[in-house]
Amino acid sequence: MYPIVRREKLADKIYLMDVKAPRVAQYCEPGQFVIVKIDEEGERIPLTICDYDREAGTITIVFQTVGASTERMAWLKEGDAFQDFVGPLGCASDLISEDLEELKKKKIVFIAGGVGTAPVYPQVKWLHEHGVDCDVIMGSKTKDLLILVDEMEKVATNLYVTTDDGSYGFHGMGTNQLQALWDEGKRYDHCVAIGPMIMMKFVCKLTKELGVPTVVSMNPIMVDGTGMCGACRLMVGGEVKFACVDGPEFDGHLVDFDQAMQRQAQYRTEEGRAMLRLKEGNTHHGGCGNCKEE
Amino acid sequence: MDVLKKVPVREQEPQVRAANFDEVCLGYNEEEAMAEAGRCLNCKNAQCVKGCPVSIDIPAFIAQVKEGNFEEAYHIISKSSALPAVCGRVCPQESQCEGKCIRGIKGEPVSIGKLERFVADWAREHGIKPKKAEQQNGHKVAVIGSGPAGLTCAGDLAKLGYDVTIFEALHEAGGVLIYGIPEFRLPKQKVVAAEVENVKALGVKIETNVVIGKSVTIDELMENEGFEAVFIGSGAGLPRFMGIPGEQAMGVFSANEFLTRNNLMKAFLEEYDTPIKAGKKVIVVGGGNVAMDAARTAKRLGAEVHIVYRRGEEELPARVEEVHHAKEEGIIFDLLQNPTEILVDENGWVKGAKVIKMELGEPDASGRRSPVEIPGSEYEIEADTVIMSLGTSPNPLISSTTKGLETNRRKCIVAAEENGATSKPGVFAGGDAVTGAATVILAMGAGKAAAKGIDEYLSK
Repeated sequence: MYPIVRREKLADKIYLMDVKAPRVAQYCEPGQFVIVKIDEEGERIPLTICDYDREAGTITIVFQTVGASTERMAWLKEGDAFQDFVGPLGCASDLISEDLEELKKKKIVFIAGGVGTAPVYPQVKWLHEHGVDCDVIMGSKTKDLLILVDEMEKVATNLYVTTDDGSYGFHGMGTNQLQALWDEGKRYDHCVAIGPMIMMKFVCKLTKELGVPTVVSMNPIMVDGTGMCGACRLMVGGEVKFACVDGPEFDGHLVDFDQAMQRQAQYRTEEGRAMLRLKEGNTHHGGCGNCKEE
Repeated sequence: MDVLKKVPVREQEPQVRAANFDEVCLGYNEEEAMAEAGRCLNCKNAQCVKGCPVSIDIPAFIAQVKEGNFEEAYHIISKSSALPAVCGRVCPQESQCEGKCIRGIKGEPVSIGKLERFVADWAREHGIKPKKAEQQNGHKVAVIGSGPAGLTCAGDLAKLGYDVTIFEALHEAGGVLIYGIPEFRLPKQKVVAAEVENVKALGVKIETNVVIGKSVTIDELMENEGFEAVFIGSGAGLPRFMGIPGEQAMGVFSANEFLTRNNLMKAFLEEYDTPIKAGKKVIVVGGGNVAMDAARTAKRLGAEVHIVYRRGEEELPARVEEVHHAKEEGIIFDLLQNPTEILVDENGWVKGAKVIKMELGEPDASGRRSPVEIPGSEYEIEADTVIMSLGTSPNPLISSTTKGLETNRRKCIVAAEENGATSKPGVFAGGDAVTGAATVILAMGAGKAAAKGIDEYLSK
């Protein structure tokens, strides 16, 4: 079992947990992910690592409730435990294996969207600890959904916060903020974008026009996370890649986002049913859709 | 009783079992087992033993069954096999022990597999465990993977007194026995979990959720955690696809994904969260045991299922029994046909496949007649799900993170057949990681050989 030593609700439907998993904490690097499974009946859920503490043997995860399994995860309290917690999986971010002096010469910008802020954080933190400057644009739909602003403030060279509705910071999306900075004369030669697929797609569209190489972190449907099932396959530059072993980071200008977004919706009906079952418990069967519990 | 014929084994009726996940074959009872054991000729120069990759003393255990000494029969099997309840169910006996049985020259061979299964089931039901080593020798050995190769190697080493830890990447021990082979062929809780418990009863520790090459490397295990030898039994790994248009569409799955969702994640049970899609009409591409498993699983989930295989019936690589069972359950075989394109609807979902008819030409390198397309014979079939069951290729996770570990051009780990030794001192390997996808019992044979190899290496 893997105990939860800290639990915080960061925003509506977004939770942070520190989980004791010494084997994972020992060798994990920014960019890698874990798979968690709440109990016997739960799904295997891939989550990108948000932070780690090698000495305490803990991993920080941040997740948003989207289906039955993540909803049940949100019910867990400090002191409860995950039945399974495996990792680190996938490849570490390319940034950390680059020559540090070369890296220091680069002008790097991160664009984080929604819960994608969590996997951006350890990369920015790592760069900060290694004396590398980088700017961060992070955004969400509205002020109440912003997460990790204070943490990011401490490690980003320049932090630009955006909200789609203008309730906090820059009024607009990450792409609008990047364009605005570019128009002011800012220049970048490396971009890392992590967030919903639709956001990464539009960031890549813009950075392609601007000529800025862009890395994205893909989060498709996965089962085992070790290369065995192929559920997470996606097209990158016309080749089939497995996000779990070849990624999760890829050259964003080569990813076929439209197909990846379609594939991500593959089990939407089943997930909806599982959610209904969870919420209605034994009181309803079949789910009429007219009952409002919340 | 006709001595030329096997005592028939009871099975669930095809129409009934095609709608449930309970075990198809019900096995022998005590009377049936003793009657079948009576057919054994107890040959002095027993050919059956030579046909068994782990060399079970078959005539000796059958002689005990004949007398009703089932516990003694179990201990005889246990000396050679850690997983008799599994092997009795999934070994291709027709080409191994039973294939060599002298009784089978005229009439049917002794039903060795069903007898082995009976003995193992009887022992489990009567709480009989394999015997633990009397003394520990203090040497630490790591085993990577808890599939048939790993469990066998670990069990054999534990019996010799080694301190063995198995590292398993998934959340449950058993490897392909858990994620690959379906419940109706190999019950998970009753059979697999019980045999894993037997291996643990020998003193073997199992650490799940550890991905070697990611969580920790082999070099780190040997340098930092005190393991003096390592056995790699990590299995075959990555699923193959055909490389035809439409393969990325929604509704196209690898057999590995489909079976893992159903078997490991138990998607067929209402109370489990993991979803599975079988659709109304399923095409399974391929003709091996895995294809049969995927097809029969889809059938049980309520679909009409077609197996599309590019060669003919005789060339089907699946066991005869599996093909027979699949047909009985209503799986439709579209033989000598091959998909050339997956047809996709406007929303990105599979709506069918373009299929071309084939004929058999000259034998290829494998000795099988190679299929040749018949020009102009293409036609379209409807389907909402396509399951690709084309075999697997090795996962590079371990070979790419272990210094000095040699692989061949197929990316399989190179290991000596007789003792599993690899190019790296102290590191041994066996099973699908070495041979590419094969059978449970061959992996067990390799695990056994490697246990011997490791014992010799550490006794030097």
